[in-house]
Amino acid sequence: MALRPDLDIISQWIKPGSRVLDLGCGDGTLLAHLWKTRQVIGYGLEIDPNKIVMSVAADVNVIQADLNKGLSDMNNNTFDYVVLTQTLQAVQHPDQLLQDMLRVGRECIVTFPNFGHWRNRLQVSLKGRMPVSRNLPDEWFKTPNIHLCSVNDFEGLCNHENIEILQRSVVDHLHHSGPAMRLLPNLFGEFALYRIKNSQR
Amino acid sequence: MMPDSIPDQSVGLVRPQTLHFDQPLPLACGRELPQYDLVYETYGTLNSKHSNAILICHALSGDHHAAGYHSMDDRKPGWWENCIGPGKPIDTDRFFVVCPNNLGGCKGSTGPTSNNPETGKPYGPDFPIITVPDWVISQTRLANALDIDQWAAVVGGSLGGMQALQWAIDYPERIKHAVIIAAAPKLSTQNIAFNEVARQAIMADPEFHAGHYYEHNVIPRRGLMLARMLGHITYLSEDEMRAKFGRELREGKLNFGFDVDFQIESYLRYQGQSFVERFDANTYLLMTKALDYFDPASTCDNDLGKALEHVSAHFLLMSFTNDWRFSPARSREIIKPLLDHNKPVSYAEIEASTGHDAFLLPIPYYLAMFNTYMKHVAKEAGC
Repeated sequence: MALRPDLDIISQWIKPGSRVLDLGCGDGTLLAHLWKTRQVIGYGLEIDPNKIVMSVAADVNVIQADLNKGLSDMNNNTFDYVVLTQTLQAVQHPDQLLQDMLRVGRECIVTFPNFGHWRNRLQVSLKGRMPVSRNLPDEWFKTPNIHLCSVNDFEGLCNHENIEILQRSVVDHLHHSGPAMRLLPNLFGEFALYRIKNSQR
Repeated sequence: MMPDSIPDQSVGLVRPQTLHFDQPLPLACGRELPQYDLVYETYGTLNSKHSNAILICHALSGDHHAAGYHSMDDRKPGWWENCIGPGKPIDTDRFFVVCPNNLGGCKGSTGPTSNNPETGKPYGPDFPIITVPDWVISQTRLANALDIDQWAAVVGGSLGGMQALQWAIDYPERIKHAVIIAAAPKLSTQNIAFNEVARQAIMADPEFHAGHYYEHNVIPRRGLMLARMLGHITYLSEDEMRAKFGRELREGKLNFGFDVDFQIESYLRYQGQSFVERFDANTYLLMTKALDYFDPASTCDNDLGKALEHVSAHFLLMSFTNDWRFSPARSREIIKPLLDHNKPVSYAEIEASTGHDAFLLPIPYYLAMFNTYMKHVAKEAGC
């Protein structure tokens, strides 16, 4: 089975043999892949019991935890990478979680759906309604996404919090990039992937 | 032929076995047991590589009878029937399961009710205080006798989980997986306080006779009953107690007396009384001390991480949300140092209203987690 495209990009960013913490690890696909292809020692945090059992079935170390309670159980610099895929927008305090991730990991990898994509903008501006789209499939009252942001929003936060962007990839729903996305990522990118670190460290 | 009344997924009729050990056992307290018996049960078959053995460690009032039935007249199966048997998490079609009664117990292994070879009388209060590390040593000797070099897993809940943790620390080369359920790295002050009240209840009973009650042909019935009643309050959650009993009255009215009015009183008295019939007061005292003394970090500058630095087992920890005796936070105390030292560990915090005793119950998420993990253990063990 092919790896989910965003996970494929992420795994290319991770150095073999490193230690990875995957926040919201789901069924453990990324960590199982990283172990097989890059001998990465990984731990996943997950809150959903069904996914936790799936992770154990995939032979992935998984710890039941609620990301909204932060990572206070973990020491500084415990991991080489802390990964958060498609979840930043669903946590109660994205800024605090980011800081916690940067404390626990030397580098962090964050991915999220870009709210600034032109389709979302059109739905808000023309229809005057919250967008429902390929990358944001739920109605406003059902969505887990309580802190949606655009590429520009995220980079603004990084700037404000002294977070250094080491690598960025802005892609479409198939996780392909293109000239338009490179030129105007906030308008044409559907998903954004970042590798970041604390610039003061 | 298995009689119809034994359920399919049971190991069926089982018989305890006893091994006698002549080699003296030095104990943490400085004394030694010159000789001793261990009674144990086994389920399943040891494979040719001896790689499929699982050690089950029991909790405070448990024993070697973890699964199956001793006779067709048994009202209840062993205490962990929900988790041990064909097709269950501890799958007896794959694993060879060993469950001993701990030293100091009262179900056949040498303990206070056994005769002291030096006096020819029961040890009673002279039986040495046994610690969790002492138990682990005695279990290594049982493993040697059964020709088991390495356990595929050591598994236990509560005090049993503490033994699994101690195994991982003391004998890293002899344990591949540690499954630690509803346990803690040491007792809290409050846990010790409860144990002390239980002990005082026993020792204050006029029929305790400083532990020599066997000679007087009595048992400190009221004290042991009180200790068990107190214990039971800590095993159940407040929610579970409310749901089960509420303020329900036994006779539908208040009696304006000091006998039983509420159902909860009746329940606790029943639990206490039936416990007295099956358990020994001196053993209860010993078991609570083993709990109080358990603290593997104490020999490593009170740093559990240091104690766990050399473990090589993989860990599965599970806790239950409404367990206030050993809450989920206590399990997380074990997880953090494991993470810090790159040790493989998984952890599930199981939603349960039942309190500490949840580890004995068939809760779907608990069984799914346990089952899935044990399948890996089986795969690794080649069984």
